[in-house]
Amino acid sequence: MTLGSSGIKERLNIVITGVGGQGNVTAGIIMGEAARLAGLNAVMSEIHGLAQRGGVVSVDFRIGDVYGPIIPDGQVDLVLGFELLESYRALSRARPGTTMITSTERIVPSSVNVGDAKYPDLAALRERALSRGIRIYEVDAPSIALAIGSKLSSNMIMVGAAYGAGFLPVRIDHIKDAIRLHFRESLWDVNFRAVEAGAQEIRRLASTM
Amino acid sequence: MSGHRRLLDLREGDSLFLLGNEAVARGLLEAGVGFAATYPGTPSSEVGEVLNDIAQEAGMYFEFSVNEKVALEGAAAASMSGVRSFAFMKHVGMNVASDAFMSLGYTGVRGGLVVMSADDPSMYSSQNEQDNRHYAEMAWVPLVEPSNPQEAKDFLVYAFELSERRGVPVLFRTTTRVSHMRGVVRAGPRKQPSAKGSFKRDPWHLSLLPAVARRLKEELLNKYEVLRKDADSSPLNVIIGGGSEVGAITSSAAYNSLMDALPDLEVKVDVLKLGMSNPFPEELVGSFLRSHKTVLIVEELDPFLELRTRALAQMLGIGTRVIGKMDGYFPPAYEYTPSAVRSSIARALGVPTVDAKPMDLGVELPPRPPVMCPGCPHRATYYAVALALRQLKLKATIFPNDIGCYGMGFYKPFEMGDMTLCMGSSIGTANGFSQVTDQPVIAFIGDSTFFHAGLPALVNAVHNNRHFLLVIMDNSTTAMTGFEPPPNVPYEAGGRPATPISIENVVSAIGVKYVKVVDPYDLRGTLAAVKEALGYSGVSVVIARRECALLRDAEIRRSGEKIPVYEVDQEKCAGCLNCVQDFSCPSFYANDKGLAEIDAELCDGCGVCVQRLVCPPAAIHESKEGRD
Repeated sequence: MTLGSSGIKERLNIVITGVGGQGNVTAGIIMGEAARLAGLNAVMSEIHGLAQRGGVVSVDFRIGDVYGPIIPDGQVDLVLGFELLESYRALSRARPGTTMITSTERIVPSSVNVGDAKYPDLAALRERALSRGIRIYEVDAPSIALAIGSKLSSNMIMVGAAYGAGFLPVRIDHIKDAIRLHFRESLWDVNFRAVEAGAQEIRRLASTM
Repeated sequence: MSGHRRLLDLREGDSLFLLGNEAVARGLLEAGVGFAATYPGTPSSEVGEVLNDIAQEAGMYFEFSVNEKVALEGAAAASMSGVRSFAFMKHVGMNVASDAFMSLGYTGVRGGLVVMSADDPSMYSSQNEQDNRHYAEMAWVPLVEPSNPQEAKDFLVYAFELSERRGVPVLFRTTTRVSHMRGVVRAGPRKQPSAKGSFKRDPWHLSLLPAVARRLKEELLNKYEVLRKDADSSPLNVIIGGGSEVGAITSSAAYNSLMDALPDLEVKVDVLKLGMSNPFPEELVGSFLRSHKTVLIVEELDPFLELRTRALAQMLGIGTRVIGKMDGYFPPAYEYTPSAVRSSIARALGVPTVDAKPMDLGVELPPRPPVMCPGCPHRATYYAVALALRQLKLKATIFPNDIGCYGMGFYKPFEMGDMTLCMGSSIGTANGFSQVTDQPVIAFIGDSTFFHAGLPALVNAVHNNRHFLLVIMDNSTTAMTGFEPPPNVPYEAGGRPATPISIENVVSAIGVKYVKVVDPYDLRGTLAAVKEALGYSGVSVVIARRECALLRDAEIRRSGEKIPVYEVDQEKCAGCLNCVQDFSCPSFYANDKGLAEIDAELCDGCGVCVQRLVCPPAAIHESKEGRD
């Protein structure tokens, strides 16, 4: 079984990371439901921590011949990050060749605000990651969401980006059907557009690399 | 999310991508359960989230009980009246319910009674990682352990049938990685529940006076012999593979990690997966031991299966090498990831495996500890208490804290969490601190936690003439677990009307003389009340009442309005950063010029920061545009 254009066989391991309130769990649900509709096995695990909003929310998402949701160390194919700092944090679980698709959104953690830590130099981080064999795509999800007309649709832009980059071996109709299953009807259209815009953006980024 | 109706609509044979806890809820529909009760606790809470939406339509009675013990006692009575009943909770909730649970084997049950305990290896959202499988053994009742959402549903139906067939309660134990795992679940047929039963008196089985209990213990032991045979022949206990010299005995989420680790190991392993692990299936395990030279025990937390396997091997005189935690090969704590299982097996068997080191970017990333949300009333309360302490120059104050969102007062900048043990312990430990020290004591507890386990401790404090300040942080919901209604609100599960219990009336009735209700958004008023209360001799109570900001957001969105947003006038900002550092609302940050700014996407429009107690130069004002 070859999954999508990513050329990954048998298993696909994705870490979907972000900050509580960004909707990355919902993103995983849509991806999993789409995989089910495409006849694939999918599992995921969500760890919320204590906070309703503002803490790290990390989702392990897997498609293919797997049992549990926890991705073994060094087997992450894609980091789908909704917040820059959290995307780089998740790279601790990556391997050379891992792709990172990250939103450019930044949410300053409280440790920086209370003076316990410094916000890192993102350019330096990027250089380090590239030098370790990470492929990086930065998606300006907040601006695209604004253009679509719903700031809350950033998460579906990221789903679209994962799909557009070949990490979701389903048809776009599967994603749309998943959205129909999980959102109320008034939100279908904006989320369809978000997925399409995300897919388009990642193809644009790929063509300029 | 369009609610959980799809769990009702799901037809036999259809599938959905479901959370383990959602699958449990579907299992309740397929088992025809008529009574369900819980006290919310992660990682079990989503079961309640679903039932809150669909129980009524499914013909099931469901409630968020005041605590786990009451939930289980209600379920037990429903069961004795012939109704299939379910009580569910997080692992530490079982401690609260255990007083009832330990006796239910003696009374036995009529309608199937299943108790779900959601354990939390690695303590993602808990104060400990106790292994609740021991409860099944202690109570002499069957234990069922699913490992994924499909099993969570299927095994639950099995557990109800077993409970009813043998007349015993069944402990249904999940873990975080089962309850919070999503997977493809295929539905079975629904069974129409009966939410009403009738009770036939049977005091010689149900009233556990010593004379009754002594006789019933023998009945329980007899039942247990039958259950042993059930375990040996249970379809939940399966062998995968065959013909290898190496075997593994496993259960729950550890099974998944084992199966995901095996492809990376150069060894063939037969797997005995136990879905019903108490009573211990001795015949099955005995024959598995006999047919393997080496048997690995792969289980999270305590050596529950391992101890029994080793005892069995000794009893039967089997020389098979057993490898587990007790000989140091497998970790004694935390959840088992595929990587952890992989390296443990490689070391135990001396076989090669892949060794993946974490990628190091060589840059230290700032941690992101959990925070109270923008607009959270608890932040304002803590801020007012901090001001009071500074103004009164109080030193060495002790802050017993409790379980809930406000527990994040532990973190900077407030650092007001000196001791937290369990639900209600803030008031219980305040009893002790105020007795043996002469330090000021300020205890914090939420509204839901106060009713859950705080009440008896407050009675104790008043009765014994203690001296401390109790701040009850009433946000009128159980926010941390998903906004379940506590007893002080006028509605219950599914939005049905309920009788609200007034916290101030309860506190006054207990005999607390100083009781003051404040709005934490009013910093001046809250500060004044806290200072006054600290000057009072005896137990004083300040109730800081303001609805959870996220609930209010939801109301604003439903009404189609925008959430107001505030901004910092850069001309007026003095750069003191009091708002960023001391008030520490996450929507604030310091910009490149060292001045404060508000992230309009995060601001919740509470407006607390406008007050001069937060912003001395009054540089913060409402911006023209709100947000969605």
